[in-house]
Amino acid sequence: MVNRSNSPSIQLTDLAKSFGSVSAVDGVDLTIAEGEFFSMLGPSGSGKTTVLRMIAGFEQPTRGTVSLAGQDVTGLPPFARDVNTVFQDYALFPHMSIAENVEYGLRVKRVPKAERRTRVGEALETVRLSSHGDRRPHQLSGGQRQRVALARALINRPTVLLLDEPLGALDLKLRREMQIELKAIQREVGITFVFVTHDQEEALTLSDRIAIFNDGRILQVATPRELYETPNSAFVAGFVGTSNLLTGAAARSVVGRDGTFSIRPEKIHLDDVPDGAATTAGVIREVVYLGSANHFVVDLDVPDGPDNPENRGNPTSLTVLRQNTATAGTALGRGERVRLSWLPENVIELASTLSTAPSAITEESA
Amino acid sequence: MLWLGVAYLVALGGLFVTAFWTTNEFSNTLVRVWNTDNFEQLFTLDVYRTITLRTIGVAVAVTVIDAIVAFPIALFMAKVASQRWQRIMLIAVLMPLWASYLVKAYAWRAMFSSTGPVNSLLDPLGLHLGYGLPATVITLAYLWLPYMILPMFAGLERVPDSVLEASADLGARGGTTLRRVILPILAPAVFAGSIFTFSLTLGDYIAVKIVGGTNQLLGNAVYDSALTGSNLPFAAALATIPVVIMLVYLAAVRRTGALDEL
Repeated sequence: MVNRSNSPSIQLTDLAKSFGSVSAVDGVDLTIAEGEFFSMLGPSGSGKTTVLRMIAGFEQPTRGTVSLAGQDVTGLPPFARDVNTVFQDYALFPHMSIAENVEYGLRVKRVPKAERRTRVGEALETVRLSSHGDRRPHQLSGGQRQRVALARALINRPTVLLLDEPLGALDLKLRREMQIELKAIQREVGITFVFVTHDQEEALTLSDRIAIFNDGRILQVATPRELYETPNSAFVAGFVGTSNLLTGAAARSVVGRDGTFSIRPEKIHLDDVPDGAATTAGVIREVVYLGSANHFVVDLDVPDGPDNPENRGNPTSLTVLRQNTATAGTALGRGERVRLSWLPENVIELASTLSTAPSAITEESA
Repeated sequence: MLWLGVAYLVALGGLFVTAFWTTNEFSNTLVRVWNTDNFEQLFTLDVYRTITLRTIGVAVAVTVIDAIVAFPIALFMAKVASQRWQRIMLIAVLMPLWASYLVKAYAWRAMFSSTGPVNSLLDPLGLHLGYGLPATVITLAYLWLPYMILPMFAGLERVPDSVLEASADLGARGGTTLRRVILPILAPAVFAGSIFTFSLTLGDYIAVKIVGGTNQLLGNAVYDSALTGSNLPFAAALATIPVVIMLVYLAAVRRTGALDEL
């Protein structure tokens, strides 16, 4: 799916936006390929929605340019851009029926009536709401409204669809269903989706590529797998999935040298020691039973433990995730001494600060 | 609340009953004899039809002018102004309501006097706007403007910005968004405001006395019959006209859902 075509669908160059003295977006460079399902992931206030709004044309950047399909559209108003948006609150027109809502884009573009009717029918079909065309938005459930918003945004056949946390207001079960549906629709219509979310699991599930935002900047752009396996900073490692960050004494104890490292909880073994694994020892402080898995917090044998001033603010314990498979070993309890092991390639060295320094990742650390 | 309602309904009922009585022409005393003479007079005398139509005309004109003037003000307050400016404008809109009606009406009388600001502006254009119906309409439109701005402002505030953005996003320019999204959503609020501007104008008889020259509205006719003419039953019959017009208007407005806006 990635790089299906050579012409980039969206190109952002040194994009920045300030509201008064507050800088919301600070120098974003990004290229999104045609047909890509691209997510912008970050905590709230990280600038991802502002970037989306600048692509849509709702906000004018204070610096930089937005290009769509190779054309600079920076100064163009929203109605002149070949882009449509699914809003977080759906933004359906309350005084129109569902069919009229979906039809709106065609109506304002003066598409002939017969064609309008066919296309509205098709669009409602796509989102499985054919029998609801006469209803009003307030008569529909959240999930249905969301699908109306999707149909309405797709009816103009834009080259890019922007989605601003579209699943945020749905409950977990519906969210999962809509994720699958969104992915299916994207495959069907084959246009570029730019998806804003603060839910890392959602981003990992749906996206071809993800940009991680923090403080108005992009920290890393990569496929879900690359992000998870080789984060380029402590922030990315912590934001995408859970991660054990090792610095100071903990790093020396586990990795054997100074630096900032990350290792995923499920990459650490508790009893069996694979070939070529590195090992260390510790004492179980906490056990959390999660059903399909157990979650352990293991205190490391670090000199002076938390009392060492060097360890202040740095973790001296590891989080370990062990699946409750049929062959999983005996139950381990609090206070038990355990041997921890991991494959060296699963320890990732990070740039030492939380800064945006480009990847200093090595596969062969330790 | 209940007592207010009872008092109001009893007074209104008394009005209707009185309308079917008459007065002794010589002693000017009330004669409690059931008859429909008052209504027959109302429907046969041209002067009352003229006054009724004139009053409706003024009420419609005031309502339309208020709606047109209030819309951009309410739109600016709700969608453009910063929070600070929104508050300042809201106070500016409400402030005139604290001033006496008479003060405002006499202020407009001064404005429309032959040497007043309005005419010194119009003079170079060779125009003159003295006391009369246009001055009455302008004065009443000014007096009731806040009652139109406030429901419109509340109505616009309830429209999320994202709905307007969605319209632009789907290809609509400003004018199309205005026509297809803002105005239809705002219609109930406009009707709600019009109930105030329309009914307050129907019942007004002071402004027209101050700036209306020799023109009479229904209120003046009622006033004159009751006090100058001492014909209370006829005044009561006259007074039922605006009540009926207002009931018809409310019934029409009800169908638009505007009453839910209040």
